[in-house]
Amino acid sequence: MRPFDYRRAADQTEALSIAGAGPARYLGGGTNLVDLMRQNIEAPAALVDVSRLPGTIADTPNGGLMIGAAVRNNVVAAHPAVRTRYPMLSRAILAGASAQIRNMATVGGNILQRTRCAYFYDAAGSCCNKREPGAGCDAIDGFNRYHAIFGASEHCIATHPSDMCVALAALGATVHLAGAAGERSVPLLDFHRLPGDHPEIETVLRPGELITAIELASSPAAANSRYRKVRDRSSYAFALVSVAAGVEVAAGKIADVRIALGGVAPKPWRATTAEGVLRGQAPTKARFLAAADAELAAAKSFEGNAFKIELAKRTIVAVLGELTGADA
Amino acid sequence: MAIVINGIEYPLPDDVRISLLDLLRERLGLTGTKLGCNQGGCGACTVIVDGARVLSCLTLAVQADGREVQTIEGMAAQDGQLHPLQESFIEHEGLQCGYCTPGQICSAIAMVAEFRRGDPSYVTADLARGPNGVTRQEIRERMSGNLCRCGAHNGIVEAIEEMLAGGVA
Repeated sequence: MRPFDYRRAADQTEALSIAGAGPARYLGGGTNLVDLMRQNIEAPAALVDVSRLPGTIADTPNGGLMIGAAVRNNVVAAHPAVRTRYPMLSRAILAGASAQIRNMATVGGNILQRTRCAYFYDAAGSCCNKREPGAGCDAIDGFNRYHAIFGASEHCIATHPSDMCVALAALGATVHLAGAAGERSVPLLDFHRLPGDHPEIETVLRPGELITAIELASSPAAANSRYRKVRDRSSYAFALVSVAAGVEVAAGKIADVRIALGGVAPKPWRATTAEGVLRGQAPTKARFLAAADAELAAAKSFEGNAFKIELAKRTIVAVLGELTGADA
Repeated sequence: MAIVINGIEYPLPDDVRISLLDLLRERLGLTGTKLGCNQGGCGACTVIVDGARVLSCLTLAVQADGREVQTIEGMAAQDGQLHPLQESFIEHEGLQCGYCTPGQICSAIAMVAEFRRGDPSYVTADLARGPNGVTRQEIRERMSGNLCRCGAHNGIVEAIEEMLAGGVA
């Protein structure tokens, strides 16, 4: 690991002030960043430890929830308000990593974690445009079982690894940011960028900008929600495909539906096409199948991951069935 | 800057690159905690920091400034009497080579506290109510961050089951 300066910030003002003084990376639990530094994939000149910034989970005036960026993942998952009002979020977090890692990882760090593409990690032996722009992508013609079927580019087909973010995408969460120019907020769906020509640029964060909180709105669909993760072993593995979904049925029709997919794209993938097919319709298995087919029609697979298309369809149908009791 | 390990205060290293694991093993001679994958994949380096189980390989020692760390060396009583879970691991043969055992034991001891607090896991059917009793499925899910390459998992689960049933820890 290359040498770096380390400073711990006591509050947001101090964090921004230290980061504003020169190039630095914010450090949360370190479960991803410390590992990447040890592999020499990341070599920041300085770390600003923001893991001890005040982290709270509080009700918002309009019935939603504000979750501080420094809150540890396990604390979010175990919080009574999250378990009852946003069960898909609790379940998604619990589906990720291990208990030890969830005890360390912060909400902000989870949002900013980097892909687990093996070629990205293999600095000694593989080409990766994300790690070294212009070097090429060994995944496209390589072992791409874990790679994207949506949103990829000719330069990068890596997936975003977070489970938590899939639930946040389905919930339409807002990401609150603070920087030298003041505070702003960005919808989570707009926070991560697709790779395009620049897979090394992964988010819309500006230099020195800090994630301060995520905000969730209240809704009946959020309260009636689930997360299902399909993986190569039943625990402690990244998703092949995951589905976060919430449904509100009123008078026999789908009044509100939110679906997001994980393990299939460079960012948490909101299934807006499927949602459009479902909204206003009666919840039936035939309709769920039509919605899944419509969403996956745009998928583009590679040699090793064509199975994800059928897997994603079946998982969407299964989760919608569980949520509505229709043809489950 | 200082860190409390098994009740004793130690200074933090000057080099901020030193992981908590390397501090324990290489600087302080506390070699009970094991180096496995060194990248957060195996759980052999699990220790308890301020009551929460964490991976010492991915923790910079400086991040544990002011925290209380418990390692396997601190689990037995002052008179050398083993922790009930250590006894239970021996009883149920929850080990073969023993390399993953310190991490398994630290992980399980902290896991019991999570369980008794009512924290849910991925396999908890009713998230709002929390775990519905001690099941092997719950234990296996909650211990999935600790790998055992010898395949002693059945004994490990039985040892933890007994501890939870017996009301110890």
